[in-house]
Amino acid sequence: MAESTVIGELCTFPKLLDHNARTLAARPASREKEYGIWQTWNWEQVAEETRALAMGLVHLGLRPGDKLAIVGSNRPRLYWSMVAAQMAGAVPVPVYADSVADEMKYVFEHAEARFAIVEDQEQVDKVLSIKDDLPKLEQVVYQDPRGLRNYDHRQLHPYQDVQSLGRQHASELRPTVDAIVNGQGPDDVCVMVYTSGTTGKPKGVVLTNENVLSVAKGAAEFDKLSPVDEVVAYLPLAWVGDFAFSMAQAYLCGFCVSCPESQETLLHDLREIGPTFYFAPPRIFENLLTTVTIRMEDAGAGKRWLYNTFMKLAERVGEDILDGKPVSSLDRFKYTLGEFLVYGPLKNTLGMSNVRVGYTAGEAIGPEIFRFYRSIGINLKQLYGQTEASVFITAQPDGEVSADTVGVPSPGVELKIADSGEVMYRSSGVFREYYKNPDSTRSTKTEDGWVHTGDAGFIDQATGHLRIIDRAKDVGKMVDGSLFAPKYVENKLKFFPNIQEAVVFGDGREYCAAFLNIDLNAVGNWAERNNIAYASYQELASHPHVYATMKEHVETVNRSLAADPMVSGCQIKRVLVLHKELDADDGEITRTRKVRRTIVADRYAALITALYDGSGSVFVETEVTYEDGRKGTISATLNIGDAETFARTGGSEKAAA
Amino acid sequence: MNIHAQAAAETDKDYESAEIAHGISPRHIGEVVLEVRNISLRFGGVKAITDVSFDIRDGEIRAIIGPNGAGKSSMLNVINGFYHPQDGEIWFHGKKRKPLKPHQIAQQGIARTFQNIALFKGMTTLDNIMTGRLTMMKSNVFWQAIWQGPAQAEEVRHRETVEKIIDFLEIQAIRKTPVGKLPYGLQKRVELGRALAAEPKLLLLDEPMAGMNVEEKEDMCRFILDVNEEFGTTIALIEHDMGVVMDISDRVVVLDHGEKIGDGTPDEVRSNQEVIDAYLGVSHD
Repeated sequence: MAESTVIGELCTFPKLLDHNARTLAARPASREKEYGIWQTWNWEQVAEETRALAMGLVHLGLRPGDKLAIVGSNRPRLYWSMVAAQMAGAVPVPVYADSVADEMKYVFEHAEARFAIVEDQEQVDKVLSIKDDLPKLEQVVYQDPRGLRNYDHRQLHPYQDVQSLGRQHASELRPTVDAIVNGQGPDDVCVMVYTSGTTGKPKGVVLTNENVLSVAKGAAEFDKLSPVDEVVAYLPLAWVGDFAFSMAQAYLCGFCVSCPESQETLLHDLREIGPTFYFAPPRIFENLLTTVTIRMEDAGAGKRWLYNTFMKLAERVGEDILDGKPVSSLDRFKYTLGEFLVYGPLKNTLGMSNVRVGYTAGEAIGPEIFRFYRSIGINLKQLYGQTEASVFITAQPDGEVSADTVGVPSPGVELKIADSGEVMYRSSGVFREYYKNPDSTRSTKTEDGWVHTGDAGFIDQATGHLRIIDRAKDVGKMVDGSLFAPKYVENKLKFFPNIQEAVVFGDGREYCAAFLNIDLNAVGNWAERNNIAYASYQELASHPHVYATMKEHVETVNRSLAADPMVSGCQIKRVLVLHKELDADDGEITRTRKVRRTIVADRYAALITALYDGSGSVFVETEVTYEDGRKGTISATLNIGDAETFARTGGSEKAAA
Repeated sequence: MNIHAQAAAETDKDYESAEIAHGISPRHIGEVVLEVRNISLRFGGVKAITDVSFDIRDGEIRAIIGPNGAGKSSMLNVINGFYHPQDGEIWFHGKKRKPLKPHQIAQQGIARTFQNIALFKGMTTLDNIMTGRLTMMKSNVFWQAIWQGPAQAEEVRHRETVEKIIDFLEIQAIRKTPVGKLPYGLQKRVELGRALAAEPKLLLLDEPMAGMNVEEKEDMCRFILDVNEEFGTTIALIEHDMGVVMDISDRVVVLDHGEKIGDGTPDEVRSNQEVIDAYLGVSHD
């Protein structure tokens, strides 16, 4: 294990909370929009609320070492409940709010949760539907009482009631809780986060206080975060990134975390808060860009001209200006004009006017998308992390940002490339173990603390930055020996606003082929403008015009692949548009929307065969799962399109990894 | 003690004491609040309603169902004071009701929604729901005009109620959207919001689920049940779709050709031969 980063006395969340309540007392800590108004709690209030909840939970019987599951969207009270659990000596286990009952059951069962704190009736219903299979689960606390009036309340408690229980019994419980808090140290378990599970069942990653706080602190210093920073928390509570940013860094730096009113009002709420520190997976940036593109296509000719003209300028000089590189005075003047006319208002609409540091993490981002945001003056950077590392592995320093690397090792992280080309790291953030899964722990973490990332990559000799090629197990070879890196190609495809999802095949094959999902918003909008009638996703997806557009996109990608010697073999020859959207309910993608390649390949084996046997169309029948767990089937006859490929235009081939 | 052990020890007492401990009053159906006695309504020679009687109890969800043209909407309009029946009486809270104007009836605590949405299309969701508070605005024209002092304080108070309704119906995202731009299902929800803003004791819903897809219907059902549970509002609703009604109503009245052909719990109504005939379309002699 690497040297412990000094975090001294303030080595746990409850201790940090008390410290903030003393030193930052009246500064805002949590904010939530409710009833149309931003409600704010300062650090002192948050400390009081959290302690009351902790005491209430102890009164209900929560014991040190217990697991407390937390299910819901981003709400201050749910964030507080994580620290309240820690104050009672229990381990918080955040669970994805949109997981279906079965997935939830797996996590509850595996974690042996005795308590659960959930957001609302929807989650209570889900928990009640599985509670017969969960003998260990005893008490459920809910935040929003609506619709729960007539439920059996013997094991069900409103959040506020638990807090008043705690306040009522404060005199006897406060010493108990204080003793637990004082007795906790850096090596105690801080949180258990379940991985989204791109492969197989989710694994419970056990992280200690030292793990989470030491690396979060290093990263916070790296980005100079302070109590005046503003963050909007809208990513799943159960994602380790949210825990690192909205919890660890907020508690370490003392900045305020704002929770949006609902997922639908997010864009509006972002605009009102104007976060200075912003993080999102590439998907969010893609979706925002799609929205912008659609709206610009709907705009009048004048606005469209203005937008296109200035976006061309931004593409040419925007990034250089952001990085402080020399740019001619005329371009600088034009860019300033553009800031006034286009970039400023655009950033404002996106809620990014005040962004000082922005991160994209979780997956590789399409270079075009990445450059778009940077060119309009948003300091967007890449971060490479993993649940097992308490998030931070590498990050890009200001001014050293590029689309195809993920930056230099974060403070306190050692990095090496294994002989197999796999990226490995060692740091104080390395997880203790996978809960109840010593085999996986052993195969992931070496004796001396190095962790296998499962990603293939190499360190760029010139800059010292890490460059990730793909998931190590996804990277393959084509028949002619050239490198096959599916995700790299998929990301290029997904840059087109029309394409929602892409899955590329080609390992051990003669050529590459792809499944596409169209973006119903973008293509639907296009169809409306062109008077193309459609009744469903399926009908729109199979429209000949849509196919023609998709073919064009694929050929554009092929041309750009041809220019990169490392991946020029990955050009796509045959393509089909799937008859349904890949869906987490069907297990085709994870809750964080990563494609589960093997499952997709399995479910659509017939389609893959058709891609490689030269047939022009193929009939397919697929079982689908609805949100409430019912199943149905949809069938369709899909056409397969052929795309042109191009000769390699780049220089000679370099060794990969 | 785990859940199973507790389940085994389940007694009504446990259940009740848990509810009392949490200050939760279980759903309660009380006295008759509104009684319709021998109502007949004619438009010229057309008989819309013939000699119909039924009652609505405090806190219940009461459905009026029937095929097209059965006189359901007319019945609602009679209760609402929009139509005046030629024969029959309406008793409200134990007193016979004189013929009143719709706005007087609104002041008595009866609010309604319409079959064909009747919102102000150009106004935002927020403003539309605000109009539901109109009967409760007390400050005079002068203060309203300069929007100062009492008028402003009053508006803040009403706005808070309206915001709670917006939160309740989960329409925060469309708070500032003109309702004309909203899809049909959401407009229906806004209309429900406006009716709720009047804090009615009796809520009349005219085909709240007409023209909705399955998902929208399920949402609407949830909201109707929640309104009934959370606010204890008595609800009378007209519906075309039998399936939905049977799931959420306490009692159902069935009308056909302006006459009452059934009245009772959903199960009773479902097994009533006349009702089955009306819905399956038996020829009338």
